[in-house]
Amino acid sequence: MKLTGAEALIKALQDEGVDTVFGYPGGAVLPIYDALYDSDLNHILTRHEQGAAHAADGYARATGKPGVCFATSGPGATNLVTGIANAYMDSVPLVAFTGQVVTSLLGRDSFQEADITGITMPITKHNYLVEDPADLTKIVREAFYLATTGRPGPVLVDIPKDISSGETEYEKPAPLCMPGYKPPTSGDEDLVNQAAAAIMASERPVIYAGGGVISAGAHEELKQIAQLMVAPVTTTLMGLGGFPEDHPLSLGMLGMHGSRYANYAVCECDLLLAVGVRFDDRVTGKVESFAPNAKIIHIDIDPAELSKNVPVDIAIVGNLKIVLKQLLERLTAKLPGAWQDRIKQWKKEYPLQFETGKDTIKPQQVIKEIYNVTGGRARITTEVGQHQMWAAQYYTYTRPRSFISSGGLGTMGYGFPAAIGVQVGCPDEVVFDIAGDGSIQMNIQELATAVNYELPVNVAIMNNGYLGMVRQWQEMFYNRRYSHTEMINPDFVKLAEAYGAEGYRVEKAADIKPVLEQAVKSSRPVMMDFVVEQEENVVPMVPPGEALNNMLG
Amino acid sequence: MEITAAEALVRCLELEGVELVFGYPGGAILPVYDALYNSKQIKHILTRHEQGAAHAASGYARATGRVAVCMATSGPGATNLVTGIANAYMDSIPLVCITGQVPTVQVGTDAFQEVDITGITMPIVKHSYLVKDPNQLPCIMKKAFHIASTGRPGPVLVDLPRDVQDKKIKFRYPQQLDLPGYKPTYRGHPSQVANAAKLIRKSRRPVIYAGGGIINSNASEELIKFAETISAPVVNTLMGLGSIPGDHPLSLGMLGLHGARYANLAVTNCDLLIAVGARFDDRVTGKLESFAPEAKVIHIDIDPAEISKNMIAHLPIVGDTKTVLRALLEKIEPRDNGEWVKQVQRWKEEYPLTYDKNGHLKPQYVVEQIYRYTKGQVVVSTDVGQHQMWAVQYFKFNRPRGLITSGGLGCMGFGLPGAIGAQIGRPDETVVLISGDGSFQMTMTELATAVEQNLPLKIFILNNHRLGMVRQLQEFYCDKRYMAVDFQFDLDFAALAGIYGLRGYTVTSAQELGRVLPRVFDEPGAVIVNCLVDEDENVMPMVLAGRGIDQCID
Amino acid sequence: MLHTLAVLVENNPGVLARVAGLFSRRGFNIDSLAVGRTDNPAISRMTIVVEGDERTLEQVTKQLHKLVDVIKINDITKEPHVERELVLIKVQADRAARLEVMQIAGVFRAKIVDCGPKTLTVEATGTEDKINALEEALRPYTIKELMRTGKIAMLRGARYTTVK
Repeated sequence: MKLTGAEALIKALQDEGVDTVFGYPGGAVLPIYDALYDSDLNHILTRHEQGAAHAADGYARATGKPGVCFATSGPGATNLVTGIANAYMDSVPLVAFTGQVVTSLLGRDSFQEADITGITMPITKHNYLVEDPADLTKIVREAFYLATTGRPGPVLVDIPKDISSGETEYEKPAPLCMPGYKPPTSGDEDLVNQAAAAIMASERPVIYAGGGVISAGAHEELKQIAQLMVAPVTTTLMGLGGFPEDHPLSLGMLGMHGSRYANYAVCECDLLLAVGVRFDDRVTGKVESFAPNAKIIHIDIDPAELSKNVPVDIAIVGNLKIVLKQLLERLTAKLPGAWQDRIKQWKKEYPLQFETGKDTIKPQQVIKEIYNVTGGRARITTEVGQHQMWAAQYYTYTRPRSFISSGGLGTMGYGFPAAIGVQVGCPDEVVFDIAGDGSIQMNIQELATAVNYELPVNVAIMNNGYLGMVRQWQEMFYNRRYSHTEMINPDFVKLAEAYGAEGYRVEKAADIKPVLEQAVKSSRPVMMDFVVEQEENVVPMVPPGEALNNMLG
Repeated sequence: MEITAAEALVRCLELEGVELVFGYPGGAILPVYDALYNSKQIKHILTRHEQGAAHAASGYARATGRVAVCMATSGPGATNLVTGIANAYMDSIPLVCITGQVPTVQVGTDAFQEVDITGITMPIVKHSYLVKDPNQLPCIMKKAFHIASTGRPGPVLVDLPRDVQDKKIKFRYPQQLDLPGYKPTYRGHPSQVANAAKLIRKSRRPVIYAGGGIINSNASEELIKFAETISAPVVNTLMGLGSIPGDHPLSLGMLGLHGARYANLAVTNCDLLIAVGARFDDRVTGKLESFAPEAKVIHIDIDPAEISKNMIAHLPIVGDTKTVLRALLEKIEPRDNGEWVKQVQRWKEEYPLTYDKNGHLKPQYVVEQIYRYTKGQVVVSTDVGQHQMWAVQYFKFNRPRGLITSGGLGCMGFGLPGAIGAQIGRPDETVVLISGDGSFQMTMTELATAVEQNLPLKIFILNNHRLGMVRQLQEFYCDKRYMAVDFQFDLDFAALAGIYGLRGYTVTSAQELGRVLPRVFDEPGAVIVNCLVDEDENVMPMVLAGRGIDQCID
Repeated sequence: MLHTLAVLVENNPGVLARVAGLFSRRGFNIDSLAVGRTDNPAISRMTIVVEGDERTLEQVTKQLHKLVDVIKINDITKEPHVERELVLIKVQADRAARLEVMQIAGVFRAKIVDCGPKTLTVEATGTEDKINALEEALRPYTIKELMRTGKIAMLRGARYTTVK
């Protein structure tokens, strides 16, 4: 059967099980959009390509399926860059398709030409410039395979206009042949045995779990191991929800803004089981003082992560779900002892807490209330900044894929379009974007998208009139010299209303709950402007470069 | 005395005469922001998204001719600049971009907010530096400004790890530069100039095809004198508009895909095409074989790589357009191509730019009225799409740097931040933004910046409730199968104006527009005019893909 | 046709990435590329063999010149020059074949640099033609591994590609 390249692309997408794409049209993707016209793929038109990339990313994180976004050449493609980098840093399966100028005009600085494969080289798992329509189906297949297997990540496919409008014979592609790419599966038996022995011999174990647990769908296995070991579990930002935080063994998040008890536990443990994590600088603080007394077992699917930042004792490469199962077979149940008592004591002594304000709303309070009102069943996305840390600290995450946040890249403006993607992927669930007044303005235009597709996304803005996190650093490390962190904001309530969404301003603590209840009930997008204490700081805090047990606040 | 590298950076900016920085702070650039806190000379404009900072800087550079500076933190801050940098690169705009980077020891470890921004931007910068040695910083900054502003201008990126910013150095700003690989040619080769003069003498039907290179070199005066001396009509690229006054008798306005028919006819029939600071872009030439098929081509450009890149030049002259035009003027005597100029004039009368004036509020009419009302004495910024083409067709740009627009990258969302930069650079002039409803939404968050800076922008949104240019393309190339171009949800831009504290109007007819215009321009503050225009209007004339520019349809 | 370019660049980090990126983005084909430092440690020299017609080559040269780190480019294809490539070939050579392989190496003035129980590793330098011929001559004995450095080249006599 003869098809155009674009038609072959759409068919290949359907073969991959894609049903939703996020995008923005333009000249160089015209043939692809024309092919979309006849397909039953659900296309979500955003208002900026950055929104499309983040929405696809949010969709992927919430559903576990790869996210797909489309953009035209030139500015369309470059507008995806932040979204692609974001997905890359957080290992999110994303396949981005960009239009490109016709092959004969490539390399000539043509209208809307950008070398997007060159630009995205440092931030994609792999990318392709398609040179023949006949290659399209094979490339699409490879792209999805690469994006979703091994350590997931973004793949970009750049399609010149003459390729998408050229003709090709559509056939189901032959089996994949990628000699340079072999995703790991089970862990080395010897190493797993060593790990099991070390675990059984340990007296003060801690499990340090990250986003890999969620990517691999290994949360059940993790829970079983933790229970067998009676080991407290602390998670990274990306790992939140990978272990139920209402479980007695949960320590919540560790690191720069982690709980004191989590950081103390890591400092004092004699065995650290690191699962699907990468010893990021925001987690470890001063590397030399990170888990100084512990034997470290590191399990990860990406061999390059092992001993990258922190040298480890036992390094196991493999798919987490499989490796954890291997490990489970070798472990026997242990009994709680002095270590577990000590942790209980820390938890009692150093709880995460804040002082309730007299006249003002504390942002932490709002987040706790969101938890109460949603019964912990909401999908939470966040922007980046102080509110993100409070959202991580004060909402109790009990299931995987319920906390969706930009971890590695720390992208302000991620949360709102991501929430749109989450809502598209999970139409029956309650979705909250916990935002700051600075972050929300970065992709505010996507309100139109939310209203357009009738997505009842709830946005809770912790409005302190500052770029709060930057201000906090200026307060703590630059003698309160607040250089360019204060800003004028639009009236978010009126803005919401102008878009046909619901808007509420909340200035009194007593109003938090009723407004949240109203928002959850509403079938429209809701924007809530919580006017919060302006100079509230995120605590506890490990100052940059310090050891984890050296916490302020 | 020893100062930190961050302080040194600010000193370098001051010594380069920088008065403005557009940016957005963040963790990895904190030391620089702390140093900026002390600067009396430099004002910082806080945008709402780094893309806005890059575009505003670009608008400022385009409007003033000065090097503009933008600043962002590492990671997402840096990647958010990418579109703005690519935009400046494609249009040869002098920009110095300073990004924070994670501490040197963390570079390459996927640290928090780390991206390889020098790697990412390699294809879209003139040059870039990752500063590893704080002592090198003053020298690097001097080079950055030099490279950005000389030769063919362009963006230069300086990536500054956080620990480097904190290091103490002995500050000394270098007097001299050592750049063995960078030596732009300014003077045209004398024998080439002499040969060009010969070709000009032989020619009966010359056309000057003038681009952004004239604007960049401030060679407008020379261009006008040259055109008058050799009696040659002038066609402009989008980037070249304003290099010769739009109402000059020899001006034919814009050529190319949406150029005037008479401009394209003149090029098609000329016997000598003198390309000055232009690059034979695909949107200008259409099918190359039919572009100026009877002409000898003289190509004057500062960038040797542009010569014969797309179209073979019979006579290349590498050099600065201003210098070369001056040299040429010395070599030629006044000529009279009366017949040819008359012929072109006849085409102008026969095939004027026009539109169907019946029916609804026409977008072209809105542009015409803005031009009439302001007598063209404003700076116009545009976004990208149909409105951009109408803006350049129906507004006559009578001076250089009167049009601020994204040409090569065709970047929707440039308009508002571009206008912000232009207004800040030229505070005494009126800046008009002509935008579309799709483009405007891309960066409308910068309205907050405009308000914060008290910028009296006059914003006209030619609102057709859709992505008009894509719709037009789908009408012509996809059998009217309209896909993803219709905004089912319409934003009330006049109401939006109110929310940001601007005055807002909605106009739906010529009469309403007539009533509103005086108020818009009398109002001291910023205004948004939401013009509900004919939704299915097309930009005409138009050259279909793959055709020569002699075959435009109206 | 193939062109040989001698290119002097500042020995700055990322310069190789800039050159490689330029070739890929402009759609130029690199046949081979060899790079190393010169007598001046601040300057590296690349020998780039490019495929394309005169016009492509003109673009390649001009675009390369636009890179700030590129100091000088010399198209030495048509000038008298010396060019050399180095190859290492590991050939299967059991007792029976060993002597023949060594004889062939001798003809090409190649050296045996490693001797395994079942293999010989041959090192040769020379023009591309010579290396090609050696490769063909050894092919019948089964080549287990082969690696070429890419060409390096230098003008003959009193002409130089150096910084003034």
